Amino acid sequence: MLTIGLGHYLSVAAILFTLGIFGIFLNRKNVIVILMSIELMLLAVNINLVAFSSYQNNLIGQVFAVFILTVAAAEAAIGLAILVVYFRNRGSIAVEDINMMKG
Amino acid sequence: MIQALAFYMFAFVTVASGVLVISLKNPVHSVLFLILAFFNAAGLFILLGAEFLAMILVVVYVGAVAVLFMFVVMMLDINFVKMRQGFLQYLPIGGVIGLVLLAELLVIVGGWQLSPELAGHVVANTPAIGVTTNTHALGQLIYTHYIYLFEAAGMILLLAMIGAILLTHRKRTGSKKQIIRDQLARRAEESVKLQKVETGKGI
Repeated sequence: MLTIGLGHYLSVAAILFTLGIFGIFLNRKNVIVILMSIELMLLAVNINLVAFSSYQNNLIGQVFAVFILTVAAAEAAIGLAILVVYFRNRGSIAVEDINMMKG
Repeated sequence: MIQALAFYMFAFVTVASGVLVISLKNPVHSVLFLILAFFNAAGLFILLGAEFLAMILVVVYVGAVAVLFMFVVMMLDINFVKMRQGFLQYLPIGGVIGLVLLAELLVIVGGWQLSPELAGHVVANTPAIGVTTNTHALGQLIYTHYIYLFEAAGMILLLAMIGAILLTHRKRTGSKKQIIRDQLARRAEESVKLQKVETGKGI
């Protein structure tokens, strides 16, 4: 218990990832919380990469974590911009109202 | 011993604030707990020896992404109580899927092992503490081996910036703006009129 191994970090990441998926199911109507859940999942992935990188003495994992961070930031910016435009046009961000394209 | 205590503290607070992010009624509180989760994940990164990523997590996520979320949550006028309807309806199916996924992930975490050939594939070793800093080693790797990926990341950020500006920018109607051309083109004849006013009457 007292020596922290790779498995500990992987378990934390697994729990966080599951929380992200659970959050998407739980807040089906609220796009903002769905975006936050996606951020949680990306954080879990980053924890995995950094844990493997640290325990295998391989720096590449941290390089890729930096790139994931970049993409996550870009995704959040674009997602929230789309949300703002949508709210301006329709006056609502409820997920069930997003059906104009009949997808 | 201290490392284990720090790990359990950071891990517990991260997971607990993750739970609160997805279950709180008010999205403002959700964003605040998201910030707490990011701070504690940064603590986990420091325990793993990745100082640069920990600082980047604080700067980028807490400083930019979480503030962006807060800004959007506060700017949009949304009835969040109405959005909560159906919360309990989705709880069972979401819970089942979440539990199955968690069980699968934990089975994998408990049962995997590293391939013995892996040590031969290490391109860049994590620097030992005292030799060189994590940031230095990471920079030496990113600016040499991964320079094209780094450029691509820069392009992605540029794209995100242009996209966000293009999406949210709009022409405002009804705002009074100076048009210098029209002001300069005005002549006295068309803007000043002499009027003879009869006594006792208005114009």
